[in-house]
Amino acid sequence: MRSDAMLEVQNLKMHFPVYGGFFRRVVGHVKAVDGVNLFICPGETLGLVGESGCGKTTTGRCIIRAYKPLDGQILYRRADGSVVDLAPLDDQSLRPYHREIRLIFQDPYSSLNPRMPVVDLVGEPLKVNKIATGKELEDRVAELLRRVGLRPEYMKRYPHAFSGGERQRIGIARALSLNPRLVICDEAVSALDVSVRAQILNLLEDLQAEFNLTYLFIAHDLSVVEYICDRVAVMYVGKLVELASTDELFAQPQHPYTEALLSAVPQPDPLIRDQKQRIVLGGEVPDPANPPSGCYFHPRCRYSDGARCMNETPALRETTPLHFVACHYAEKLSLRGVIAPRILA
Amino acid sequence: MLNDRKQVEREAGGPAVPNNSRSTEEARVLVASQWLLMWRKFRKHRLAMVGGTITIVVYLVVLFAEFLAPFPSNAFSSQHTYAPPQPLHLFDRTAEGLRFSPYVNGYSITINQAALKREFVVDKASKVPVRLFVHGTPYKLLGLFDADLHLIGPSVYDEDPTRIIIPMYLLGADRLGRDVLSRTIYGTRISMTLGLVGVALSFVIGLTLGGVSGFYGGWVDNTIQRVIELLRSIPTIPLWMGLAAALPSDWTPLQVFLGITILLSLIGWTGLARVVRGRFLALRTEDFILSARLDGNSTARTIRVHMIPAFASHIIASLTLAIPSMILSETALSFLGLGLRPPIVSWGVLLKEAQNIRAVATAPWLLLPGIAVIITVLALNFLGDGLRDAADPYGR
Repeated sequence: MRSDAMLEVQNLKMHFPVYGGFFRRVVGHVKAVDGVNLFICPGETLGLVGESGCGKTTTGRCIIRAYKPLDGQILYRRADGSVVDLAPLDDQSLRPYHREIRLIFQDPYSSLNPRMPVVDLVGEPLKVNKIATGKELEDRVAELLRRVGLRPEYMKRYPHAFSGGERQRIGIARALSLNPRLVICDEAVSALDVSVRAQILNLLEDLQAEFNLTYLFIAHDLSVVEYICDRVAVMYVGKLVELASTDELFAQPQHPYTEALLSAVPQPDPLIRDQKQRIVLGGEVPDPANPPSGCYFHPRCRYSDGARCMNETPALRETTPLHFVACHYAEKLSLRGVIAPRILA
Repeated sequence: MLNDRKQVEREAGGPAVPNNSRSTEEARVLVASQWLLMWRKFRKHRLAMVGGTITIVVYLVVLFAEFLAPFPSNAFSSQHTYAPPQPLHLFDRTAEGLRFSPYVNGYSITINQAALKREFVVDKASKVPVRLFVHGTPYKLLGLFDADLHLIGPSVYDEDPTRIIIPMYLLGADRLGRDVLSRTIYGTRISMTLGLVGVALSFVIGLTLGGVSGFYGGWVDNTIQRVIELLRSIPTIPLWMGLAAALPSDWTPLQVFLGITILLSLIGWTGLARVVRGRFLALRTEDFILSARLDGNSTARTIRVHMIPAFASHIIASLTLAIPSMILSETALSFLGLGLRPPIVSWGVLLKEAQNIRAVATAPWLLLPGIAVIITVLALNFLGDGLRDAADPYGR
C-alpha cells in the first residue's frame, strides 16, 4: 500500500451473474467493476466519473462493502496507522469500519425512511452504535442539523415535510453523525436543482475543511467534479482509464476517452464555445457482460491502431508523476483538454 | 407507532388559535406520522368509511349477541314451525291517540286438513306487547357478568329458556319454530370469529413463509412459490370437502369449529404469503434499507424497525380483504353440510335450512342470513379497499 494513501483499491472486481433459460442458470456475468485500481489520500477529494453504467456506483458500494467484491483488495488505513483489507471481512467485523466510512446517497427521496422523523433518522447511527441516547442524542442531532444548515426545531418532522435539497442535508447529517473519516458521495448532488446543487457542494466543502474529511466523489457531471475534486479518476466499462489531478486532467488529458468526455462539457462562455470542437464518439457503450477485446475503448477510439489496441489490454500505468493512464499510446498522442474557466477567471 | 401517533396528536391537536390556524394545520401535516397520514387519506374514502362503520357494528353484534337477540339460539316453539315474520309496530292507536307502545300482531293458526299443514295468518286483532330492555332469559354478558336484559323482547318469557311461549318472530321462524333473527345474531358471532381466527392463523403462516421467501430468495423462495402455486391450482371446494370429510365425526362442535378454521387457513395463507413476499422483495432493494444496514443495524433490527413498519399497513389491508373470503368459505362449506354442524349456529348452518325448494317457497325468510353475509362481506371489502388505497401515504 502507498504510504501516503488512506484507502487503496487494488484490482477490484465485481461481477453480477446473469440468469437465463428455464432453470434460471447463470448464463454470463456483467462485469460491472473489472480490475479497478485507485487510491485516496487523507483530506483530498477524489472524483470518480464516467458514463451511466460504467461501474462508478458499484465501485463505491464495494468500497463501503454494501457488496462483497469478487476479487481484489480494499486496503484501509485506520487513524492509528494500522492497515486492514476490507474486502474479505464479514458484516460483523465490518461494523467499526462502517462508522469510519460513510455513504451519502444519490436519491434524497428513497434513502430516507419515510416513516421516521428526522431525529430518528439522523440519530439512528448514534443509537445503534450505542454512542448516545435520550436527551444527549437529541442534542447531538440538533447540533448536526444546525451544522448542515437545518433548523433543529424541525427534528420532529418527517422527511415528507422537506424539499429535495433539505433532504440531502439530512442525508449528509446522517453520514456525519458518526464522525467519519472517509465519505463516499454517490452522485450526492445529481438529483438536485442547479441552485441547490451549488449550496450542497459548498456545504460539503465547508464540512470537509471543518472535520478534515476525505471524499470519494462519484459523479457524471464534469463541471461539478472540476469544482470540488482534487484528483479525478475516469472509468469506462468497469475499468479505470485515467487518474490524475483535476487541473492536469482537464488541461492535458492523456486518454482518448477522457478527451472525448471533456469535449462534451457545456461551455458557458460563447467566445470559447465557438472555438471548441466536439468529439462525437461513434457506436454504443459496450455491454459489460460482453466487452470488446483488447482495449475496451478501441471500437470507438479515433486513434486506434487496429492491431495492438484490439488484442492487448492496456494496463493502468504512471506516465508522468501521479498521472495514470491505461492507453498504449498515451505518450505519443497529443490530446486536447479544456481551458479551465478557473484559470481564465 | 401507536404511541408516536398519540404523541403527535397530543402535541398538535390542541385547540387551534383562529389567527394562526393555517400554520397549525401545516405544522400538523409536517410532523404527522404514517398512521395519521393514512387515517387522513382513509377518511376521504366515503365508501370505506361506511364499510368500516358497518364492520364495527357487526363486531359489536358479535360481542353483545346475547343482549341483542330476543331469544337464545336454541329456543323453539313446536306450535310455530315456519311462522312468517311479524312486522313490528312502534305506535299503538289507543283511546287517547297514538302512543309509543311497540307490539306485534299474533297469529291465527289453522290446520289445512288437505295438506296437513299448519297455516299462519297474522291476526290484526291480537296484539303481543313488545318491550325494550326487557328482562328475559338470563345469560352471561361477555362471558363474565350475569345479566338478563335484552334489547327487545316479548313482555313474558317462559321459565324454560329453550321455550318460546309468546311468539315474537320479527324475521320469522324456522322449521322448529326458532327465531331467525336471534339465530342470525348468534350466527354472526361464529361466522365473524371464524373469519378472524382463520385470518389470524393464515396470517401467521403467510407472514412466516412469505417473509422467508422474500427475504432469503434463491431456492427457498422458489420452493415456497411452487408450493403456493400447487395449492392454488387445486379446486378449493373438492379439497375442502375431502379435508372436512377427514374430520372425525365424534368431535365436539368446538373441535369441529377449530378444525374447519385450520382447514380454511391452510389454503388461505397463500395470498398473504405472496403479498408479504412482494413487499419484502420491493423493500430489499430500497436505499433506506441499505442505509440502515450501513448504519450498523442488525438484520433483525432492520426487519423490525425499517421493513415491518413499511409494509404493516399493506398487510392490514390484505388481512381485511382476506376476512370476507374466509366468511364465504365457511358459509359455502357449512351450506354443503361439510363445515359446522348444529347445534353450532353460523350463517352457513342457517342457510343450510334454506337448501330445499320447499323451504324456500314456503319460508323465504330463511334466506335472510344470506343478506347478513352479503352486507358484511361488502362492508369488509369496501373497508379493505379503502385501507389499501390509504396504505401508502407517501405514494408519489
